[in-house]
Amino acid sequence: MPHLHDIIYLLPEIILLLGALSLLMIGAFMRGEKIAPLAGGGGVKTTMKDEATIAVAANRKNWLLAGGAMLVIALALMASLPQTVPDGNEILSGMLRIDRFGHAVKIFILIGTGFSLLVGWRWLMRAKAAMFELPVLMLFAVIGMTQMVAANNLIVLFLGLELQNLALYVLASSQRESRRSSEAGLKYFVLGALSSGLLLYGMSLLYGFTGALNYDAIANNIATQNGGVMPYGILIGMIFIITGIGFKISAVPFHMWTPDVYEGAPTPITNFFAVVPKLAGFAVIMRLLVEVFGEFHVEAGQILVVLSMASMVVGSLAAINQRSIKRLMAYSAISHVGYGLIGLAGNNADAYAATLVYLGIYVPMTLGTFGCILAMTRGGKPLDELSDLAGLAKYHPWLAAALAVFMFSMAGIPPLAGFFAKFYIFRSAIDNNLIALAVVGVLSSVVSAYYYCRIIKLIYFDPPQAKGALDPLPREVAWVIGLTAMVILWFVLWPNGYIDWVRHAATDLWKGSE
Amino acid sequence: MSNGLSLASLITLPMTSIAPYLVVAAVLFTLGVFGIFLNRRNVIVMLMSIELMLLAVNLNFVAFSHQLGDLGGQIFALFILTVAAAEAAIGLAILLIYFRNRGTIAVDDANMMQG
Repeated sequence: MPHLHDIIYLLPEIILLLGALSLLMIGAFMRGEKIAPLAGGGGVKTTMKDEATIAVAANRKNWLLAGGAMLVIALALMASLPQTVPDGNEILSGMLRIDRFGHAVKIFILIGTGFSLLVGWRWLMRAKAAMFELPVLMLFAVIGMTQMVAANNLIVLFLGLELQNLALYVLASSQRESRRSSEAGLKYFVLGALSSGLLLYGMSLLYGFTGALNYDAIANNIATQNGGVMPYGILIGMIFIITGIGFKISAVPFHMWTPDVYEGAPTPITNFFAVVPKLAGFAVIMRLLVEVFGEFHVEAGQILVVLSMASMVVGSLAAINQRSIKRLMAYSAISHVGYGLIGLAGNNADAYAATLVYLGIYVPMTLGTFGCILAMTRGGKPLDELSDLAGLAKYHPWLAAALAVFMFSMAGIPPLAGFFAKFYIFRSAIDNNLIALAVVGVLSSVVSAYYYCRIIKLIYFDPPQAKGALDPLPREVAWVIGLTAMVILWFVLWPNGYIDWVRHAATDLWKGSE
Repeated sequence: MSNGLSLASLITLPMTSIAPYLVVAAVLFTLGVFGIFLNRRNVIVMLMSIELMLLAVNLNFVAFSHQLGDLGGQIFALFILTVAAAEAAIGLAILLIYFRNRGTIAVDDANMMQG
């Protein structure tokens, strides 16, 4: 057993896996909603009292499972916080690479998943869409993402990606009776499978023209071939791979599934989609660009510049006319992906650090905004229209203030965290002489400031709707909104610790490739 | 036609060349992609197109693996087969709940959300 000591570096994944499997077993065998038919016997109608006990039992089971999943995520987070790194960074015969970059992204992913489960679970219970499978599927998706982030081999990357994707397809269509949710699931499935196919075709070309599946071996092979003719097979493979991952992070022109899936999926699931899979997709593309396609940085840079510009422009222009807040958030997410890609177009550790800074700040901003969207229910019915926000400040001054903070932060208004994210990104663009990208980025953030500020105008200055106040906020939603708003407000006081940590992670990624 | 790959030149290639396999795989892959985008009638055809793409990739992997004398590609192909089976199962399950909700599986009817 030569590799047994490597297991210690996989502790977070092992915790997640064991937790997910035992929660699945508990969910499958624990008596919840099925308790009454057994007690009542065949043909006997359930009385009101029976129904009440069923509801209570199902309620308890659902909370138990969701709480268990949050506990598992918290344990995995604690296990990954020490950020222990093996000698030479590679474990299990070079199948996985454990470095500070992977740890940083893993921590973002775990935090994002834990909070999106916490903030959304009561919504799912009220919508009668909560099933014990959902937290388990989220855990499986997280395991897939941690594998993608740590992968050092194309097979491991593919398996992690598919574990993530298969769980996400089911999550998107999890509200089975809803026509929108099933349509969202279908669209996500077809385009997700298409993107997996493109990615795989690229991987096959890469394998055929370099003869290796390990990242290091592929990079070595590319470096030794470089003396001769340009190896077009590898270049085409790279384009296919970037396209495939572009679908996953919803970069324009591969974004067409995003608005439909965001609108159709249940809101807590949309929250999860908006926050977490993007981090994993970004981490994969960063690792591939540095460790595999280092020789092709000029060509990759050209592709990324186009993707980034298109995402920023389409994301900010298409959001203007939206009436559904979930669709608006979808386009907003697309434009944020565009900003994140600016850092990747610059080819050095500082630019990558800027992207990581952006992604890390994007997590609390999006979580908080979706917390406010989840709080938009009236009489137990979830609301989706922007006009439902009109006059929010009159009934819910704190919720309105928090939403205003998130919107100003997304628009990049100075003392808030979103400003720092944009500042580092644009500075990296200018440092790397990508002036056109910086200009387009600033212009499109001016455009997007328009629709973010329109929401603020709606909640503060428009007359409230006659239908009255929203339902009172559930306690945990209020906590999450408060916490994320605090993070965004006070980021300005202690930015250095976070930025240094992220910069170390990015330098670690670059050091490993040399 | 003079310097492109003509059918005759493909047939006269030596047996050890994997070019014909790659061409078949590329054609299958392209058919799969077009099957997804041009098909307007039936979602099942889309699922079949996805399978076609994955099989084209498999053909690529096996051909390259044979040429390189490296087993990695064939192992990859086995993993792809497994994942494709799981993906088809989930795809059909999603299609089933879609059909229950809508009573149709025509692609053009999947248009509840627009904008």
